[in-house]
Amino acid sequence: MASISQKTIHQYLRHNKKFPHVWCSGCSNGIVLGSIIRAVAELEIPKDDIMMVSGIGCSSRISVYADFNSLHTLHGRPIAFATGIKMYKPRMKVIVVTGDGDATAIGGNHFIHAARRNIDLTVIVINNHIYGMTGGQFSPTTPTNDFASTCPHGNIDPVFDVCQLAIGAGATHVARSTAFHSLEVQNMTKEAIEHPGCSVVEVISACPVIYGRMNKKGNASKMMENMRDNSISLKAVEKLPEEKTKGKIVRGVLKKDTNIPEYTDSYAKLVERLKRGNDE
Amino acid sequence: MSAKKKQENQPDKTNSSVLVKEPSEKPKTVLMQGNEAVALAAMEAGLDFYAGYPITPSTEVAEVLADKLPQRGGTIIQMEDEIASICAVVGASLAGAKAMTATSGPGFSLMQEGIGYAKIAETPCVVVNVQRGGPSTGLPTKPSQGDMMQSRWGSHGDSPAIVLYPDSVKEIYELTIRAFNLSEKYRTCVVLLLDEVIGHMREAVSVPDISKYRVVNRLKPTVPPEWYKHYDEDQKYLSPVASYGEGYRFHVTGLSHDKYGFPTNKASEIATMTRRLKKKITQNIRDIIQIESFMMEDAKVAVFAAGIVARSAKSAINAVRKEGFKVGLLRPLTIWPFPDVAVQRMLKNVETVIVPEMNQGQIIHEIERLTKEKNDSDIKRIQRTDGELITPSEIYKKIKEVL
Repeated sequence: MASISQKTIHQYLRHNKKFPHVWCSGCSNGIVLGSIIRAVAELEIPKDDIMMVSGIGCSSRISVYADFNSLHTLHGRPIAFATGIKMYKPRMKVIVVTGDGDATAIGGNHFIHAARRNIDLTVIVINNHIYGMTGGQFSPTTPTNDFASTCPHGNIDPVFDVCQLAIGAGATHVARSTAFHSLEVQNMTKEAIEHPGCSVVEVISACPVIYGRMNKKGNASKMMENMRDNSISLKAVEKLPEEKTKGKIVRGVLKKDTNIPEYTDSYAKLVERLKRGNDE
Repeated sequence: MSAKKKQENQPDKTNSSVLVKEPSEKPKTVLMQGNEAVALAAMEAGLDFYAGYPITPSTEVAEVLADKLPQRGGTIIQMEDEIASICAVVGASLAGAKAMTATSGPGFSLMQEGIGYAKIAETPCVVVNVQRGGPSTGLPTKPSQGDMMQSRWGSHGDSPAIVLYPDSVKEIYELTIRAFNLSEKYRTCVVLLLDEVIGHMREAVSVPDISKYRVVNRLKPTVPPEWYKHYDEDQKYLSPVASYGEGYRFHVTGLSHDKYGFPTNKASEIATMTRRLKKKITQNIRDIIQIESFMMEDAKVAVFAAGIVARSAKSAINAVRKEGFKVGLLRPLTIWPFPDVAVQRMLKNVETVIVPEMNQGQIIHEIERLTKEKNDSDIKRIQRTDGELITPSEIYKKIKEVL
């Protein structure tokens, strides 16, 4: 992290056009944006080659702040737009930034199908366990028994595990971390961008103003501390007995498979095969 | 003289998307299906990208393209639903592709939000809707003209629409190319509405040498990136447009935006955006409108019909004309924006207008709006929603009733 200065980050922001940003104080979205920018800077990918696509929601506002090719789409649909872009211009590095509601509720179908195709998208799911932009309704990742404006008597819904959903659907690079572990998020994002296939990085994030307040999670720094204290690395999980890992957020690369064909690559091979067939 | 004819005679200075039709000396006659014509014409118009989801009665479009498009190095993908299809199409178009999807009623309903996105983001694309009976799943294999109004007003909010309506396989070919040309020029989603029977019909089509059809490509910016405004406008409310990955790094959003594409809440900037969306269509309406007038010169009774119904009407009119009565047909090739001026002018001296349509009354409201000087009893309707065509004899009977 130290190698990337604050000045470098500024070069990647539309600082004279789009700031101040819309996020509440204590929100994790800015931290995740920082991690993504540092990942891109460390990989030395030209800004012109990065395509940042987002949906609707607090986290999806990220796309307007970064000085990449940027597309702020419809609620739930960033992966579908991104699929169109990636298929037509496979040379672009397509990063999708989405939230828990955007990716797993309204956009769940696109999420699983991008994973199934193993198309080379880097999907960053910023999971704050709530619909923040609309004022705090429960999402598919709001823990059961928690409170939200549309479950004032407690949430009876079971939750989605974003990473298990991605793994089950066929994504070939799946990782999880938290906004507290911003360096880890940066490294995971780097690895995800470089991975030739559908990669999903779930970043557990803090929404102190809405989710935190409704569920008495304390202030922003308390919520950050919770991420530190209630998460555990995958390596540690393997060493510890089950009762010590129960209920903890497991951080790490949960799946990595480089043997599955990437979708745009398969398509290119199909076109190549047809061209050869026609020439013969 | 029809508006269509008039446009063809005008010299073209404005990179106009009007079809230049110079019949080739030996047109090649082929047997072609309507949906197949969509696919073949789209490729001639430069189709780079197709995303779709199977639905009757439009599926042949995808089937033909799945075979041929990869052979040309184009891209086709079968998406998980129609929502994903339109979104992928808009994404590919923003990356520079000429992009299209094809669907029918239920899928068209699902695409409406994405169509609205293409409009506000001013992204060229073509959506083909092979209409079927409705509401809901309705009649997948039977014709209907039930989406006349959905194609105009289907997406929420207030936005203009360009919708083309062919009446034959040959014209599907022509209007498909024109749909791409208009979408590229006006940076919007253009809808091609087909009747199920024309989509599925096979007709002998004499396709002239394709080089005779003008193909319009969107204008590319020449300014350096730091000067580039994604929504700049000239006197005609048009502007060059960059694609992703070409060094311009612009922002696109479905939010109301300023000229750079960044979201705004400023009333003046919002007004500029909404005015531009409207004016780029209304200020160029003569370039967009096409309408055919058939035996209207001396007509006392006019039939106003689109698509396959217009063909029934022509047949009826020919029969009535043989009996010596003055009857004519007005047929819009551009259904939206509605050809107000031409319709008003051509219906002025007509005593009675008959509006046959395969719905419960949609286009008739436009005719009523444009013929306020006439009595209600001068506007006659024929409406059929049982999945069957309006036949020539039904129209013939109605004409004889009013004569």
